[in-house]
Amino acid sequence: MSFINYSSREINCKIVYYGPGLCGKTTNLQYVYAKTNPESKGKMISLATETERTLFFDFLPLALGEIRGFKTRFHLYTVPGQVFYDASRKLILKGVDGVVFVADSQEERVDANLESVENLRGNLAEQGYDLDKLPYVIQYNKRDLPSAIPLAELRRDLNPRGVPDFEAVAPAGKGVFETLKAVAKQVLIELKKGG
Amino acid sequence: MNSGLVMYDEEFRAVTGVCEHLCRDANANVVFLVDKNGQLITSSGRAKGELDTTSLASLTAGNVAAMGGLAKLIGEKEFPTQFHEGERESLHMSIVAGRVVLVVVFDARSSLGLVRLRVKKASEEIGRVLEVVAKRQASTGGQSPFAEITDEDIDNLFSE
Ligand SMILES: Nc1nc2c(ncn2[C@@H]2O[C@H](COP(=O)(O)OP(=O)(O)OP(=O)(O)O)[C@@H](O)[C@H]2O)c(=O)[nH]1
Ligand SMILES: [Mg+2]
Repeated sequence: MSFINYSSREINCKIVYYGPGLCGKTTNLQYVYAKTNPESKGKMISLATETERTLFFDFLPLALGEIRGFKTRFHLYTVPGQVFYDASRKLILKGVDGVVFVADSQEERVDANLESVENLRGNLAEQGYDLDKLPYVIQYNKRDLPSAIPLAELRRDLNPRGVPDFEAVAPAGKGVFETLKAVAKQVLIELKKGG
Repeated sequence: MNSGLVMYDEEFRAVTGVCEHLCRDANANVVFLVDKNGQLITSSGRAKGELDTTSLASLTAGNVAAMGGLAKLIGEKEFPTQFHEGERESLHMSIVAGRVVLVVVFDARSSLGLVRLRVKKASEEIGRVLEVVAKRQASTGGQSPFAEITDEDIDNLFSE
């Protein structure tokens, strides 16, 4: 849920990266963090297990610039993708302004992707959100792996509505900023509408 | 989509004033106010510059959300206050008006009893301001206070 402060002239919005375990959500944030000027970013917080799996969330605050004298700040969160962390995922979705779904392109993750989208839809619905009405973009990650299935198949399964979507190789940064910009833009358009 | 929190100058100054008073009256080191989604609303005390308040806000919200989840599991609505005692500094968190979290960081110069007492009064004052905010937001009927920005403005943000 956005927070607009007329006094300090700031807009804060929350974007959540969702997707199955090991699809590359944390890697997206790490790349954004690594490539952003120090003055535009805050500290990245990762609440993770000893094996670097997200336990609760990753958090990265980012300043994107000014619109009409308002500083726009985006708070990026990732959820833990492992199935049994569902209670935590629900908490992270609270107050979300926009969602990035990170899909894992590998053939063996086809079912995991589908389950995760269904889980996203259900968890949003529990909180009164409709995935079809929320700013939403999809990223097909791990395009570099030999077991990656064709883009057309991923699109057919995961993007029936034709939302903005991007191919990505997150550790190399391919598609990372394109994805972020697309969702941030949708969030601002929604804010303008006064959702 | 849920409409977010929108605060105008007067409301912002009112809650900031409450936090400043609380910080002084409770002999606290830092006071900050966070919305339940992790956005920092305001802070006072040592917070200015010395503390990473953005991180604090996000972790506070995560903590309150997790405790709220635990509360529901055992059949409670929520845990309205939490207290964590450290070796030197302690932390008191309380949920105000179901929507924001008031956090007080204090050390041996203060005490839990004093903090509790002052937080109670401050919570009531913040609650009143939030009521005004909620009423105004309800009466403007979801009309965006931000409607004047153009598509071009948004595009420009991403042009570089
Ligand atoms: N080859 C390849 N590896 C990737 C890509 N994206 C991420 N990885 C790797 O996949 C592993 C898991 O990435 P994470 O970003 O931690 O995955 P996650 O989605 O945050 O996982 P959870 O926290 O468990 O939900 C890491 O070893 C990454 O380096 C990619 O595009 N290509
Ligand atoms: Mg992760």
